[in-house]
Amino acid sequence: MIDFICSSIGKKLIMSLSGLFLMIFLVVHVLLNLTALYSRKFYETTCEFMDTNIFIQIMVPVLASGFVVHIICSIMITLKNQTARPVKYLVTNKAAASSWASKNMFVLGVIVLGFLGLHFCHFWAKMQLQHILGNDGANAYDLLVDLFSKWYYCVLYIVWMCALYFHISHGFWSAFQSIGLNNSKWIPRLQLIAKIYAIVVTLSFISIPIYFFLGLQKILT
Amino acid sequence: MKFTLKIWRQKNAKAKGQFETYKIDNISPDTSFLEMLDILNNHLICEGKEPVAFDHDCREGICGMCSLYINGRAHGPDEEITTCQLHARKFKDGDTITVEPWRSAAFPVIKDLVVNRHAFDQILQAGGFISVNTGGVPDGNVIPIAKDDAEESMDASACIGCGACVATCKNGSAMLFVAARVSALAKLPQGKIEAVKRAKSMIATMDELGFGSCTNTQACQAECPKGITIAHIARLNREFLCAKLKD
Repeated sequence: MIDFICSSIGKKLIMSLSGLFLMIFLVVHVLLNLTALYSRKFYETTCEFMDTNIFIQIMVPVLASGFVVHIICSIMITLKNQTARPVKYLVTNKAAASSWASKNMFVLGVIVLGFLGLHFCHFWAKMQLQHILGNDGANAYDLLVDLFSKWYYCVLYIVWMCALYFHISHGFWSAFQSIGLNNSKWIPRLQLIAKIYAIVVTLSFISIPIYFFLGLQKILT
Repeated sequence: MKFTLKIWRQKNAKAKGQFETYKIDNISPDTSFLEMLDILNNHLICEGKEPVAFDHDCREGICGMCSLYINGRAHGPDEEITTCQLHARKFKDGDTITVEPWRSAAFPVIKDLVVNRHAFDQILQAGGFISVNTGGVPDGNVIPIAKDDAEESMDASACIGCGACVATCKNGSAMLFVAARVSALAKLPQGKIEAVKRAKSMIATMDELGFGSCTNTQACQAECPKGITIAHIARLNREFLCAKLKD
């Protein structure tokens, strides 16, 4: 087992499975966020459900473990890969067939993680953490209205989502490739599905700050 | 045509190398890249200087010996060719051409542009073979093989082990090479006997020798002179994971 985890393909398998798990989480998260576009009441009801449902409570530490495993594996793989070419090339062809995202997955991951920290401070620390500490958390809808009324927070959020788009548009099909669930017919199909998935998820996330920044909640709900 | 050649020079494996610049002219557009290096070496020998050491053998794209990183691309600026199939006409008159050896921890430079690719032999020795009984020549077609499987195996067998995949990969990964060798045997009934051991042993050896991990950038298939695709890497991953599950 240790042999397997230490092998290059073993680490990639763990990266892939944890990555796919996190991508399922993204879908759940964005669907919950989108309820805020429907009505304040609907959004608050879903937040309450997330706070009280036993399955969700069990999944929170599992989700956190998924993040930790994904990050640890990525650091291990990146450190090993850094040693594989001690002398760099003088000239490299930047226009090679590989996508920009595929060559910068670690950097993109760091950007996503950095913004995630900010997101935690602004939402999780004021809501879920307060519930854990036995306090009344801030109202989730009020937090959305307040934070997304600030233009710089919206810009930061959109930049974050752009990094996430590039990260998951490569990560999605790459995960299937690393698991071995791929062949010459499915490589282009999975790459297309990855792009569609990444566009739908990130645009759905981006729609929320835009909605509140433009004050559409006052008009539409 | 005339060119400025910026070539990596290194006396031996332990010496510190550096780039040296040479001017060369009167080169026919139909001169192959290796012939151009031959012409340069003739000039250097006439001037009493050390000629540039570079790997070459068949000069028709099938032996996998030539190994130059030219203007930032393995085997130079063209698709599905080896360096010996590259010609001066692929460059513009007056171009500066940078020539580097394959850069990889697993492929140390021996001299100038020559690298030691023994690591590939070690990977093959770990499992890139099948067991066959000696004796008379077996009848043709005695083992039925589906046409699609035979063709896929032949596609993978086209690998000449030049190392362009390692040289191109930003992680210096040898996955395309190992995948081609594993895939060529995995698609044939003759390769089934050692299938479980093969992927595990070859990957373990690849990891030990200092090659990096595959991060699916697809750079290897873009520069492979034989057009081997990353679909074979997916099969290698499958073979490896299935073998580990059987442990």
